[in-house]
Amino acid sequence: MFGILRAYVLIALWQARPGLAGYDVTDAVTYCFVTQAFIGPMMLFGGGLPLPERIRSGDIALDLVRPASLQLWTLAEDLGRAAYLFLVRGIPPLLLGAVLFGVTAPTSPTRWAGVLAGLLIGVLISFGWRYLVALSVCWLADDRGVAVLSLVLTTFFSGMMLPLHLFPGLLGELVRALPWASMVQAPADLYLGKAPVGQTLALQAFWAATLFALGLLATRLVRHKVVIQGG
Amino acid sequence: MVRTYFLLAWTWTRAAAAYRASFILMLVFGLATGAMDVAAILVVFANTDALAGFTREEVLFLYGTASLAFTVCDTFVSNLDRISQHIKAGTLDTFLIRPVPAWIQIAADRFVPTRIGRVVQAVAVLAYAVAALGLDWRRAWMIPVMIVTGIVIFAALWTLAGALQFALTDAPEVANSFTYGTYQLNQYPLSIYARDLVRGITYALPLAFVNWQPGLYVLGRDDPFGTPGFMRFLGPAAALVLALAAAAAWRQGIRHYRSTGS
Repeated sequence: MFGILRAYVLIALWQARPGLAGYDVTDAVTYCFVTQAFIGPMMLFGGGLPLPERIRSGDIALDLVRPASLQLWTLAEDLGRAAYLFLVRGIPPLLLGAVLFGVTAPTSPTRWAGVLAGLLIGVLISFGWRYLVALSVCWLADDRGVAVLSLVLTTFFSGMMLPLHLFPGLLGELVRALPWASMVQAPADLYLGKAPVGQTLALQAFWAATLFALGLLATRLVRHKVVIQGG
Repeated sequence: MVRTYFLLAWTWTRAAAAYRASFILMLVFGLATGAMDVAAILVVFANTDALAGFTREEVLFLYGTASLAFTVCDTFVSNLDRISQHIKAGTLDTFLIRPVPAWIQIAADRFVPTRIGRVVQAVAVLAYAVAALGLDWRRAWMIPVMIVTGIVIFAALWTLAGALQFALTDAPEVANSFTYGTYQLNQYPLSIYARDLVRGITYALPLAFVNWQPGLYVLGRDDPFGTPGFMRFLGPAAALVLALAAAAAWRQGIRHYRSTGS
């Protein structure tokens, strides 16, 4: 539903300015529905992790005494959820877009491999970010404020609202280097074949590693800091 | 009834303010979510001068009017979509035995005052657009009329969506695609959409009357889809019909509510 509205805005823009950012109208529509397919697996609107609720209720104490890394444990759960949502929330919008507007698809198997790799790293980056957001509850005791901040950053700077190529000048350069671009813009460009595969994957991997390391650090801090609530 | 509403809203405000850091963050970033849509429009117009025949200021005018109506409803009645949780958990029972209409109580349920920041933001955009367009004051009388119309239409949509939850039980997404979808739809001139879609939201569900039809009158433009001129003034009538339908649906829903839980 929202994907369709977004597609019309992009179509109107590309009709006014054909060939903008190296996309043609079909590319723009494809971009719209491919990114729409990312919403579920990457939880672009936030949430998806049980942590904030568990911190608030005090159940986090149980998770911390378990003989498994909290981060890896949560990651495993999240990957399962992402795989499921990819099937039920990812494929249908793409098919809908194909029926209503017509979309392109990568032809060569190597490009598909690049897309899948990009998508997987995208999910890892999204997890890394949401994990940090979730742990912030330990310090703030309520997750709603940070959740809104995360929503704004993720939807706007990932390319979810508009392709990041449209952002003018220095702002454009900046947003394309930030981690959120690696979530949506990068895999979408890999899908469209508009980005060098090696370089894109390298930047994505860098962000995934950075966020994972920060997550590790935050987990360690939480172990010392956590306040167990409830009675 | 209005007094009861504000009493409940005040209670929830104090509850939300208990988490101070989050409360302030919410206020600031509530503004940011609104600013995001405006930023998207500005980015689009950094790349082009006209979108489907409309200039940047005209699009901001349409955005501002839709946004003002939407954010007022989002602040004061949007909590109606929480009804699905209450139906599922059986907690709707408590609302029904209190001596205040259920609609009032649920509209005020978990009221978050920080959303008012978005209303302010919408007013600012609208004020900018009106000033920049230099509108003819003989046509501008329509602006307050269309905003009230928009508020009634959005409130009716939320009520309808809430009433639908009695039948669907657990599908708040359906409700969201009604309300947020209409808002998204009306942020841009409807001339960017396909003719059949616009026909649907003009004649089947009167969503085009939130800002498009009256907006065309204020901007002094002809409809690119060629609807006759008198359609520009049908907004209040359409809103009234929709509101009556929503009230009837809500009543039906409450009447057929069967409590759950053990």
